[in-house]
Amino acid sequence: MGKGWCLFFLFWPVAAVVSCAMAPMVGWSFPYDNAQAASNLGIRIDGLFYLILIVTAIVFVGTQAVLVYALWRGVNNREERATHIHGNHKLELIWSIIPGVILLFLALYQMNIWADFRIKKFYPEVAVKDPIAEVTARQFEWRFRYPAIGKKLQPKPQPDDLYTVNELHVPFGRPVMIQLRSDDVQHSFFLPALRIKQDALPGLQIPVWFEANKEGVYDLVCAELCGWGHYKMKAHVIVESEEDYQNYLKNLTQQQFYDGLGKIAANENDSESEATEK
Amino acid sequence: MSVVHPSPTGLQPILKPQAHHAPGNFITKYIFSTDHKIIAIQFLFTTLLMLIVGGALALAVRWQLAFPWESMPIVGPWLFSAEGGQISPEFYTMLFTMHATVMIFLVIIPILAGTFGNLLIPLMIGADDMAFPKLNMLSYWFMWPAIVCFGMSFTYAGGPAAGWTSYPILADLAQAAPGSGTAQTFWLLGVTFIGFSSMMGSINYMTTIINMRAPGMTFFRLPMTIWGLFITAILQAFALPVLTAGGFMQVTDRLLGTCFFYPSGLVINNAAPTVGGGQPLLWQHLFWFYSHPAVYIMLLPVMGMVSDMLSCMCRKPLFGYKPMIFSMSAIASLGFIVWGHHMYTSGMNPAVGMAFMVATMMIALPSAVKTFNWTATIWGGKVQFNTVTLNCIGFLSMFIVGGLSGIFMAAVPVDVYFHDTYFIVAHFHYVLFGATLFGVFGALHFWFPKMFGRLMNEKLGKTHFVLTFIGANGTFFPMHFLGMQGMPRRYADPYLHGYLEHLLPMNQFMTISAIVMGLAQILLFINIFYSMFFGPKAGRNPWHATTLEWTAASPPPHGNFDVTPIVFHGPNEYAVQNGDRDFLMQTEQECEPPVSQAPDAENQTDNADTDNEQESSS
Ligand code: HEM
Ligand SMILES: [Cu+2]
Ligand SMILES: [Cu+2]
Repeated sequence: MGKGWCLFFLFWPVAAVVSCAMAPMVGWSFPYDNAQAASNLGIRIDGLFYLILIVTAIVFVGTQAVLVYALWRGVNNREERATHIHGNHKLELIWSIIPGVILLFLALYQMNIWADFRIKKFYPEVAVKDPIAEVTARQFEWRFRYPAIGKKLQPKPQPDDLYTVNELHVPFGRPVMIQLRSDDVQHSFFLPALRIKQDALPGLQIPVWFEANKEGVYDLVCAELCGWGHYKMKAHVIVESEEDYQNYLKNLTQQQFYDGLGKIAANENDSESEATEK
Repeated sequence: MSVVHPSPTGLQPILKPQAHHAPGNFITKYIFSTDHKIIAIQFLFTTLLMLIVGGALALAVRWQLAFPWESMPIVGPWLFSAEGGQISPEFYTMLFTMHATVMIFLVIIPILAGTFGNLLIPLMIGADDMAFPKLNMLSYWFMWPAIVCFGMSFTYAGGPAAGWTSYPILADLAQAAPGSGTAQTFWLLGVTFIGFSSMMGSINYMTTIINMRAPGMTFFRLPMTIWGLFITAILQAFALPVLTAGGFMQVTDRLLGTCFFYPSGLVINNAAPTVGGGQPLLWQHLFWFYSHPAVYIMLLPVMGMVSDMLSCMCRKPLFGYKPMIFSMSAIASLGFIVWGHHMYTSGMNPAVGMAFMVATMMIALPSAVKTFNWTATIWGGKVQFNTVTLNCIGFLSMFIVGGLSGIFMAAVPVDVYFHDTYFIVAHFHYVLFGATLFGVFGALHFWFPKMFGRLMNEKLGKTHFVLTFIGANGTFFPMHFLGMQGMPRRYADPYLHGYLEHLLPMNQFMTISAIVMGLAQILLFINIFYSMFFGPKAGRNPWHATTLEWTAASPPPHGNFDVTPIVFHGPNEYAVQNGDRDFLMQTEQECEPPVSQAPDAENQTDNADTDNEQESSS
């Protein structure tokens, strides 16, 4: 019977390893069919993830194997008494120092990624100079405010700003930055495809930058409980070429300021001058 | 079952005049009792009752995730006849909020500190009772106002709606959600009451352990269980006031209009902008300053108990007794400076995130050391697969998974992706459910004879273990994959989002596993109530264990010991040569050389039955 129990405890780590190994094949891994992250930083985050996965997998297999083996030996122990031993200094030093070194390595190794992601000093300059939009979360939708074409995003809304709800367009191939805020409760700006997540805190404006590296329509969801409708803060981020992006902004301007007579009501001079330039 | 009645040999009996004095009538004996053992039993039944409540709430949450918007079986039509028995998003929010609240505040914390802390501390250190028996009684009775408050919050519109973390603004301003009104105030009051209860307990435990140890019981002779409970009590005493203060601030924000946690100018539900000047991040810091240590409050006592149980069931001294104590202390002290790892995405200063990250990585180290030490304790032992052992191994194998998934989240950049997804839910269920509850089940089987004088049924116990273990892994392991695929937690309907649509079958599988696990608990309850009355009589020391509680009668009378025990050595002396036994009680003086140094020379006679001949001195 004791051996049966050993097999019982052996089964689970094996099942865990098998299902993890299967995961990428059956689409249980990162979203969008295990696709690589759609941002360069995201790819580095994935790299760190896989590194930790390898380390933990080795530790997991090792500890579970030793555990089951120790149990196996233990039930078959024909000695009259177990070994009388209180510890072993050398052994304990070894198994404190080795994991210590590994953990310290992991801690230092990831510093760069984190710095590039969140420490303002390391933000790409182009993105910081010219935030593309202000993202305002509220119960239960995402609102976006772009500056008028050719202008810069101002902290306060401007008369010629462009607005959309639940659909954010961004160009790929260059770092962009948004200003994240919330009107009411806490929300969290979560772009799974890009491995981006940042809480929106009422009262704060938090700059978030990312660089999408391929076209696509990605889900933008809310990751911080924000009330009963939390699950339905459904929006999309449309990553498109620079050209499509500019066209989108133009169309948006036209729609928004169409005065019903075929003219662009506000901001007329700006868009005209741009048209003549081309 | 052969029973040993060891006698404290070689010492002068110190007669205790108060021993066996009869406690008054039924009310003072069983209800307003000041006897730590009765209080432990009161805690036990209350927390088990709450386990049913919390489990039912969990199953309701899982029902929604497997069969979204379908009528809830059994209770649905009765609860929401208007909506056709279907769970509303508001109700779903209430469900997971209360599930977590009940499990953490009314099950895990009180079952560890309340039940096992109360039962074991005086018994294992050789004291008659707690230092402050009346305070002890109060700490149990303060659970009830908490239960009533939590119960009240169900009855107000929406129920508490902000999750067990109670983040402002959602929890702070009544207009933020239907459930953020009076229900939330009651919820906060409930947390405050349960905080009082824990606080009284922890003061009592600290005082008792420091002052009331039996002669000879030095700190480094304390059983690991006591170390776990001791360190927990210290953690509790330092961390809890911060939560209580924070909760109080939230209550004044709600009732008196102080603005600790909300800034000015919010437009909530199209209502007028708020006045303010507060900062929601402040709450997160206060909350996690308690709630991070709290996860160790929910784990350290179990670590201690498992150390003692494993050592006994493998008939081997604990491997590395002192390193185990030091790593526990390291976990506890590091536990105080890692609260920020719950806040990597919160918008706090990112440079601080790095410091939290390094500290968090380091906390993995003592946990690893503990795991290795437990494994080494099994290594070379004589393993007996009874229910206690099985649950300890269950603890160990689930703790390994939960500990390793913690490393992903300690890594800030990776946590950015996993935070608030099901990966987190997987992680803390492996630790809280997997590790803690299996440890508790093991401890219940192990100390049940001391509580009720009878042994639990092995067949039922093993079946319960197997079904729970299968159910737990089936429920919680796939959560890692849900997290990988980016499924956020606290979603009433994840399938609304294109990239999560395909997750329904996986969620259904998990729900079925959860139901199996839920049903398995019926076996536990049958076992407890059956064995309490009809289980085989246990005798003083059914497990041939070494610590002081096993020198007392089962169950021990008021005042615990016939004579004050005197302690001669550390707690886990197994595998020694001691007459015909392989263990040495802490009260036994003679210590012959261990068998490993005197091989084969010993007699081959099987002494199992002569154990019965030994008589206790009482
Ligand atoms: C029958 C066993 C259990 C099942 C099936 C279960 C299931 C669940 C589910 C489905 C959630 C909701 C996740 C979400 O949407 O965010 C949840 C949350 C949670 N559970 Fe459990 N659980 C069980 C036992 C426990 C235990 C024993 C604890 C002990 C402490 C616990 C603590 C929590 C906590 C803290 C949360 C977080 C709630 C939140 O999001 O605020 N659970 N559980
Ligand atoms: Cu939201
Ligand atoms: Cu939300």
